[in-house]
Amino acid sequence: MSSTTGLTRTPLRRFLDYAVLSVLAFVFALPVLYLFVGSLKPSDEVLDGLSGFLPTHLSLDNYTAVLDSLNSDSTGYFWRFMGISLLLAFVVVTGGLFVNSMAAYGLSRLKWRGRNAVFTLVLLLMLVPFESVAVPLFYLFNDQRNTLYILALPFIANAFSVYQFHTFFRSIPPSIEEAARIDGAGPWRTFFAIVVPMSKPAFASVAILTFLTQWGSFLWPVLMVSDPSVRPLPLEMSVFQAQLPPDYGQTLAFGVLLVLPVLIVFVFFQRWFVQGVASSAVKG
Amino acid sequence: MTSAEPAHAAPHAREKAPPVTAVKPERPVRQARTVCKNRDWLHGLLMSTPAVAGLIAFVAIPFGYAVVLSFYNVRLGSPLAPTFFGLEQYRRLFTDPDLSGPFLRALLNNLTFAVVVVPVQTALALGLAILLNRKLKAIGLFRSFFFMPVVFPMALVAVIWRLILARGDQGMLNSALHAVSFGNWGALDWLGDSATAMASIIVLSIWQGVGFQMVILLAGLQQIPGELYEAAELDRAGRWQQFRHVTLPGIRGTLVFVVLLTSVLSFRVFDQVYVLIDGGGLNEDATRTVMYQAVTTAFDQNNIGQASAITVVFFLIVVALTLIQRRVVRPDNED
Repeated sequence: MSSTTGLTRTPLRRFLDYAVLSVLAFVFALPVLYLFVGSLKPSDEVLDGLSGFLPTHLSLDNYTAVLDSLNSDSTGYFWRFMGISLLLAFVVVTGGLFVNSMAAYGLSRLKWRGRNAVFTLVLLLMLVPFESVAVPLFYLFNDQRNTLYILALPFIANAFSVYQFHTFFRSIPPSIEEAARIDGAGPWRTFFAIVVPMSKPAFASVAILTFLTQWGSFLWPVLMVSDPSVRPLPLEMSVFQAQLPPDYGQTLAFGVLLVLPVLIVFVFFQRWFVQGVASSAVKG
Repeated sequence: MTSAEPAHAAPHAREKAPPVTAVKPERPVRQARTVCKNRDWLHGLLMSTPAVAGLIAFVAIPFGYAVVLSFYNVRLGSPLAPTFFGLEQYRRLFTDPDLSGPFLRALLNNLTFAVVVVPVQTALALGLAILLNRKLKAIGLFRSFFFMPVVFPMALVAVIWRLILARGDQGMLNSALHAVSFGNWGALDWLGDSATAMASIIVLSIWQGVGFQMVILLAGLQQIPGELYEAAELDRAGRWQQFRHVTLPGIRGTLVFVVLLTSVLSFRVFDQVYVLIDGGGLNEDATRTVMYQAVTTAFDQNNIGQASAITVVFFLIVVALTLIQRRVVRPDNED
């Protein structure tokens, strides 16, 4: 295909590079554009061939209609769905950062008998995708359906997060901690006062990967939630789009509201997103 | 008293490590005891316990339980006690004329999905990564564009594409095809027609996921030393030869990882299929996946035993893929 150096790049080639990238970026952005434009248009003009892209008759009516129609006990409340998703993401991310980093520290820096066996177990459990435990979990916790805590609890401890922290902690030179230990700091103090502040990149990338996964979480809520009062936002999106007769403008407005929080996080913490994903490949 | 000198010398101590306050002689009383004064084992165990307990409770035990349940005839809400079934659930899944149909179809669908998505998505991700791996202005902006769909929840991706692929001439894609073919094409029912339903799922899944693989491959590409390309250019290697002899060997490990990741993800497909069957008129038979089958079996039919057997088969496929990847990687590490 093409070289990866910038050494022999003529102005013509540079122009071609930009042209190819622009066309591809445009194609990639089309569905996103459609989402945003469509959410602002009257519903009968959304599904209307190519003119669905045209920014005509723009208004925020669809947004107010979504908020108005999801505003009673029987349908559930939009802001409640949103709040539940935010709460679950908050609990899973902060809880996960806490327990998984702590475990990784205990498994990488403190020496104890059985440590290697436990770490091997973590590595093995990393191979088990959530999908392969969803059915037995659904059976085991069937009497806990429609409770909030069961939506969060299974995702706090995460073998892959432990692994990511473990990899990072091992790259820190031990001399720093040894110095602290000589000064009399115990392992807890060493961890929280010295190791955690030094590991911001690891915390950021684990937090972002966890948030991303949790925000879109769908399979587990499908199994565990039937009551609108504990329904997270992506599941409600599925319910909302399936209602008859369909209202496409409102569906897209709902979609914008669903993606906005994660899009905002993405815009501001883009670097960490990309690094977090890239670091997940260190595995190999 | 601040932490000792080596800390400041260390490259990682960009921000000064917070001071460790007054040295309090720890455990002065216990010293007399013969117990090892290093109590790291206790702290290590305590620190690991919450996460490890969570993993055992929510991964290890349920997984073992899935295997056990798959040997029983157990139904949710049934007044009858579960009965031991041996391998009957597996026999039914694979050979029972009434029950094996949907399951085998699901396996076939997943396989089709994987066979198309793994090479296409990997190649596309590699192409994008190569395009982005150059010193151009605004390269970060382009990277964001390709990566953006990754942050979209799959339920939303399904809904957007449901409108793009809508049947009749109202759908965006049909309308576009109609325009470029002077009215000869168009008016296809992309999601509902068994011939195009899986292709539709494949396209929207690649759109959503390719940025993820692209970023991983880009990180791999950036680790190839630039001197290798300079040397290749001195040797008058063409662009294809550079790709073949510098780029590909340089990212082999990353590429294998990406292929494995994509194939495992291909077998986990669920959200988009569920959403589109639920409200988008998606052809169920042509797109049901193994996970979709497991969920409907457990949830709609309350047949936990059979759903567990499907889960176990799913897990075996994932493990097999992982083992194959290990096989492929190993010879690379030795040379």
